[in-house]
Amino acid sequence: MDFLTWTGTAGTTLLPVLQLAVVALALALLAKLIFVLAGLDTPRLPGPDGATTGRSPGDMAGIAARYSFYAALAAILCILAAGAVMPSPVEAGILGAMAVRFWPVWLALIATFVLSIRFRRKLGLYGKLFDSTVGMIGFAIVMFWIFTAIFAGMIATYDPFSQIAGLKNDAPGVAVPDGVGYGWYLLGGDHLGRDVFSRMVMGAREVLKIAPAATLFAFMVGITLGLPAGYFGGKLDTVISFLANLVLAFPVILLFYLLVTPEIRDTGIPIVLAALLFIFPIIFLCTLWNSRYYTNPPRRNLYVGITLLIGLWAYSGLAFNMDPLGIWSMEPNMLNVFVSVVFVNSPGVFRIVRGLVMDIKARDYVAAGQTRGEGPWYIMLWEILPNARGPLIVDFCLRIGYTTILLGTLGFFGLGVSPDSPDWGSTIDDGRKLLNLYPHPALAPALALMSLVLGLNLLADGLREESLKD
Amino acid sequence: MGKFVLRRLGVMLLTAIALTFVVFYLTNLPPNLEKLARTEGSVRMTEEAVQDWIEQNGHSGSVIGRYGQWLGVVPGWTYTDEKGDTRGRCFAIGEDAANAPRYCGLLQGDWGYSTFFKKPVVDSLGEKLAATGWLMLAVMLVMVPTSLFLGVLSGMREGSATDRTLSTFSIASTATPEYVSGVVLVALFATAATGISPLLAEYGLIEPKKTLFLASATSAMDDITFWNFALPVMTIALYGIGYIARMTRASMTEVMTQQYIRTARLKGVPFRTVVMKHALRNALIAPFTVIMLQFPWLLNGVVIVESLFNYKGFGWTLVQAASNNDIPLLLACSCVAVVVVLLTQLISDIGYVFLNPRIRLA
Repeated sequence: MDFLTWTGTAGTTLLPVLQLAVVALALALLAKLIFVLAGLDTPRLPGPDGATTGRSPGDMAGIAARYSFYAALAAILCILAAGAVMPSPVEAGILGAMAVRFWPVWLALIATFVLSIRFRRKLGLYGKLFDSTVGMIGFAIVMFWIFTAIFAGMIATYDPFSQIAGLKNDAPGVAVPDGVGYGWYLLGGDHLGRDVFSRMVMGAREVLKIAPAATLFAFMVGITLGLPAGYFGGKLDTVISFLANLVLAFPVILLFYLLVTPEIRDTGIPIVLAALLFIFPIIFLCTLWNSRYYTNPPRRNLYVGITLLIGLWAYSGLAFNMDPLGIWSMEPNMLNVFVSVVFVNSPGVFRIVRGLVMDIKARDYVAAGQTRGEGPWYIMLWEILPNARGPLIVDFCLRIGYTTILLGTLGFFGLGVSPDSPDWGSTIDDGRKLLNLYPHPALAPALALMSLVLGLNLLADGLREESLKD
Repeated sequence: MGKFVLRRLGVMLLTAIALTFVVFYLTNLPPNLEKLARTEGSVRMTEEAVQDWIEQNGHSGSVIGRYGQWLGVVPGWTYTDEKGDTRGRCFAIGEDAANAPRYCGLLQGDWGYSTFFKKPVVDSLGEKLAATGWLMLAVMLVMVPTSLFLGVLSGMREGSATDRTLSTFSIASTATPEYVSGVVLVALFATAATGISPLLAEYGLIEPKKTLFLASATSAMDDITFWNFALPVMTIALYGIGYIARMTRASMTEVMTQQYIRTARLKGVPFRTVVMKHALRNALIAPFTVIMLQFPWLLNGVVIVESLFNYKGFGWTLVQAASNNDIPLLLACSCVAVVVVLLTQLISDIGYVFLNPRIRLA
């Protein structure tokens, strides 16, 4: 079988177009920069006689940049789309063939966007996201990886662990001997002859399994501690703030090297930490229900009871691995990684929540609640917290990205994860040893991680913009 | 002001003690000590031999006592074996125990002996810190002017095409951790197989089989050149540029909506003069704090970049100390890190007050 080219048959005509567009884009951006610095970039305003002045050189360069950008984008999309209609990967090229492999993701993305835009006026802040281009692009990238993680089994061309000895470090598009399975290693083979493309796809699953959950736990801890610290102030605030600053003053990598080791697992410290950190969501939810419904005991008992039942069941399984039914459990090294990431993230959340509470508690509706005789926890959880949701949602998105970076760092230093795990951090670590000679095994997960974090940051930016409009 | 600084220094000291104790405690957990015993002694030691080794080398007893020894407030340990030979913390084997000082810890200026480098911690860490100092200096020289320039440029006309382009670039650069940008930069500039080096070689601009930049910074330990130092510096700087640029942009857009800017514009002052004379100085107060607080982040970047580019500085030492459980070295490293973090926080607070006359510290 043949070696695949990057762009296939469509590339022969579209590649020169793409090159031309990229060169034009670079030149236009450079020209724009020079014009801006030279002051030749005045906005178009009506002159004294009411007539608009002509376009300034800066404007022209800006327009040139915009259209060359659109041209480049169109060329890339055409290459991808051409791949979809070509009969075999040989004509489609690597990019086209990858676009085809991702078909469940495209379908899911289209469905999500059509439905969301159709009903966006009824969907609150989520719907408003579709008014901002930046937010939509970010959302699309994030959803792309989420769907990739969900459909990873259908997208991956090979088993991420199976090795084909003849394909060690082979370049992208190499044909698999005897045409086993899919027939090609789309993004080449790594140093053990595993398929880089499949590992990248499966890596999305590994990363998205931990990062959002760890961020959620960190938020529970940060909110549960930050609310009283900000609301009551005083000694409680001083003590918790000191502890939070203590953790924040630690260089993250040093902390990881101390907390995520096989030796630490023998001492049981991760379990102690897990016991400490995992109790917070239960405390949070119980206080939430109790403060709202304590005047209506049957209802309160029902909600708190359900929370305690499910919470403690999960708690016994996750923290101590003693779930009687065996549904909730976590591998020791996974628990170690998870707990450390939550531990590192919570002080940051705590500081943000504390600051927000101190700002909001001076508002009139809080004073009104106090005058009505509401308890402090009701005011914190049902008056202050909902009004702090905007900044918190934005921070949540940013923090998932940060957690993804942290998980990558852990993998990069080979901490905590099993050595052949396909998660992006450890794949980059595997690839960097031969980076000079074969950059592709490290490049694929690196770009994947970058795009996911970029998507989360853009999403946060769009959300911030839209929530400020309220 | 003096009272504020004193109080902050007090909290700093407390934080430093608490942090070093945590590091001490975590490195001195029994499994870590057993690992240390096996690497220092022999791998095939029995359980009993390991326990003996731990006891004979002063690693037994209470953690607080040993931490006190490291600090220099508790007398150093001594151990006399059956043959009557004495050894201890404060003197080498063979020296007379009677002449040795009783206390030898941080307060006496003794940082201990690195089991990884096989020499005193102060000597080994000193040169590594100097190497990292050069790296940091280069990063600051690249990062600060670039990010301020980008931030001011995008903040002076909020919402313009320039602003949106530069903001997207800033977001992209903050979304790229060092281990990603390092890999991408190496693939682009420092391999003979991909990126632009083969192209340049084809055009005859660089020698064939050579690369535009070097993917390893080991040679920069002796002689820093643009060729071997550009990539590590770029990698660290890139992550910070986006963040500082965004903060500068936020501060600049806020200043540009102020009354005095509008007044200046309505007086007929050219836009450039307004930006340079009226807005710039006011807009640079907030980024100062951000730049100072960026130092702790740089520390993280330094660890990753030094491992990636094999530059034997502070970050590389920290990784070696941690993976070899070299307790004195790791403690010294964390002391340095903690001092850097806390000192930059203090300087940023004080500097902010000096720069912004509207703020007074109680």
